Amino acid sequence: MSLEYRGRIIRAGRATGEALVSPEPVSFYGGVDLDTGCVAEPGHPLEGQALAGRVLVIPRGKGSTVGSWAILRLERKGLGPAAILCERCETIVAVGVILAEIPCVDGLDISQIRTGQTVTVDGDRVQVTPSA
Amino acid sequence: MRLSDEQRAMMEGARGNGAAKAMEILVALGDIFEAEELLPVRSVQVAGVSYGNLGDEGLAYLEELAVDGRAVVPATLNPAGMDLRSPERMGLDPRFVEKQRRVIAAYGRLGIAAACTCTPYLAGNMPAPADTLAWSESSAVTYANSVMGARTNREGGPSALAAALTGYTPAYGLHLDDARAPTRRFVVEAQPAGPRDWGLLGMLVGQGSDGEVALVEVASQTYAPSTGPGVESLKAFCAALPTYGGAPMFHLAGVTPEATRYGVPESTQTITSADLQRARERESGLQGAPELVCLGCPHATLAELRDLAELLRGGQVVVDTWICTSRPVKALADELGLTETIERSGALVLCDTCFVVAPLKGRYSRLVTNSAKGIYYARGHGGMDVALLTAADCIQVALIGRMP
Repeated sequence: MSLEYRGRIIRAGRATGEALVSPEPVSFYGGVDLDTGCVAEPGHPLEGQALAGRVLVIPRGKGSTVGSWAILRLERKGLGPAAILCERCETIVAVGVILAEIPCVDGLDISQIRTGQTVTVDGDRVQVTPSA
Repeated sequence: MRLSDEQRAMMEGARGNGAAKAMEILVALGDIFEAEELLPVRSVQVAGVSYGNLGDEGLAYLEELAVDGRAVVPATLNPAGMDLRSPERMGLDPRFVEKQRRVIAAYGRLGIAAACTCTPYLAGNMPAPADTLAWSESSAVTYANSVMGARTNREGGPSALAAALTGYTPAYGLHLDDARAPTRRFVVEAQPAGPRDWGLLGMLVGQGSDGEVALVEVASQTYAPSTGPGVESLKAFCAALPTYGGAPMFHLAGVTPEATRYGVPESTQTITSADLQRARERESGLQGAPELVCLGCPHATLAELRDLAELLRGGQVVVDTWICTSRPVKALADELGLTETIERSGALVLCDTCFVVAPLKGRYSRLVTNSAKGIYYARGHGGMDVALLTAADCIQVALIGRMP
C-alpha cells in the first residue's frame, strides 16, 4: 500500500528515487564529502551513505550557509540527491535546491517514510511505495 | 507573500534569467519565513567569494548568472581567498589564483564591487540608521544591526546576491521590531580592555544566549568622551558573538541606537572579572612553536595599522606575520608610511583576504591571533592549534619566535 502526502513546494519538479531517511538534520558544508557525495559527519545516522540519485528525507538542513553552494556543487558533479523532502525547510536547503534545481517539498511528516522505500515527488505531491 | 506587478514580472523573466532566478530565491525564503512583502534594500554585502568554497561548479553558476544579471543597488564583496594584486606573496597554487580571479571577474560583471572586505562599513558601503540591508558576513551583519541601527538578517551568499540583482529582501526576522527586542540581559562586571577582551566577551555572551538577542550592560563603560569601546573593540565583539551562538543583533547600553527602545529582559546573567580571566587563560596556550601570526580579523582599521606599525618599527619578525585589511584603509596607511614601516619588519599587509578564507589548511599548524572569531575557524576548518593573545603580545611572538 502506498502513502500519499501533500506538502509545500520549495522547488517545483518531478523525481523518483529510493528514500534515504535521517532523523537528524544534515550539514551540507563540512558534513558531506564533495568528492564522493557521501555523508561524512562522524556519528551521523547517515555517515557513509551516498546521496546520489536518492530522495533525501530530513527534518531540515543545519550548519553554515555555504551549504547552499555545496548542494549546487554536488548536483553539478552528478552526486546530488534526486529530490529533498523536509519537515521544515530552512534557508540553507531552500537556497541550495533553487541553485541546483533539485525538486524539494516541505511541511511533511517524515516519520512514516523508511530508507529503501520508493518515493516519487511531483509538484506538491509525494508518493511513497514500500520496496518490493 | 504579496508581490507587486514589477516583482511578479521580474519573477517571470521580464528582467532576464538572473533576476528571475534571484526572485525565485527571495520568494521561497519569504514563504518559509511567512513574510508579507518584499522590502527595498539600500545596500548589499555578498559572501561566497572564496574559490575554495565555490569550486568549479559555483564559478560556472556565477558565470551563467552574469550573462544578464546586474546589481541594481550598491553591493560589495566579502573577502576572497587571496590578495588580488599580490597573491604570489601568499604562496598560493597558480591554479587557485586563476580561478579566484575568474570568480571576482564574474561578480564584477554582476555589478558587485570587489571591496573584498568583512568591514564594508570602513570601505565605502556605510549604512545609516534604519536602512534596510541584505548583508551576509556575520560580523558585518551584527555591526550593521547593533552599532549602526540598520536592519538586516544574516543572509547567505546567494540570498544576498539575489537582493543585489532585484533590489529587494523579504520582510521577516530582524527587519521587524519583534525580532529585534532583547530577551536576555548580560551584566558585565569584568572590565574588557581592547579587541582581544571584547572578542572574549562576545564569545561568553554568545555561548550564554542560545541564539537570542542580548541586552549587554558593561559597568566599566561610562561613555564619557573617548571612553566607549571604539570601532576596533566593537567589531571584535560583533565578530565573536554570532560565531559562538549569539544572534546577529545585540543591544549594548550606551552604544546601540535602539538600546532603550525595548524593555529590559528579566533573564539576567552576570559576567565577572574571574569569568573573563578564565577565558583569557583557557584560550592563550599553544603546544609548540608558533608558525603564523595573524592580525586583522575583522579587517584592521587605520588606528590598528598605526599601532601595529609602532610595535614593529625597527624590528624583524621571525615568524610569518599577516596583517589583513581592506584596500581603502591600506591606501591611507600607504600615504602615511605605515605600510612601509610594517613591511620593513618582514610582516605582510594583505588586502582582499584573511586567514579564515585563504586556503591555509595543511600549510600551517600553529597560529597566534587576537581574534576570538578567528580562533574558532582556524581550529575548525583549518585544523590548527591556536592561541588568542592581545595584538601587542601577537607582535611580541612574531619578533621573538616563541610564546611570551
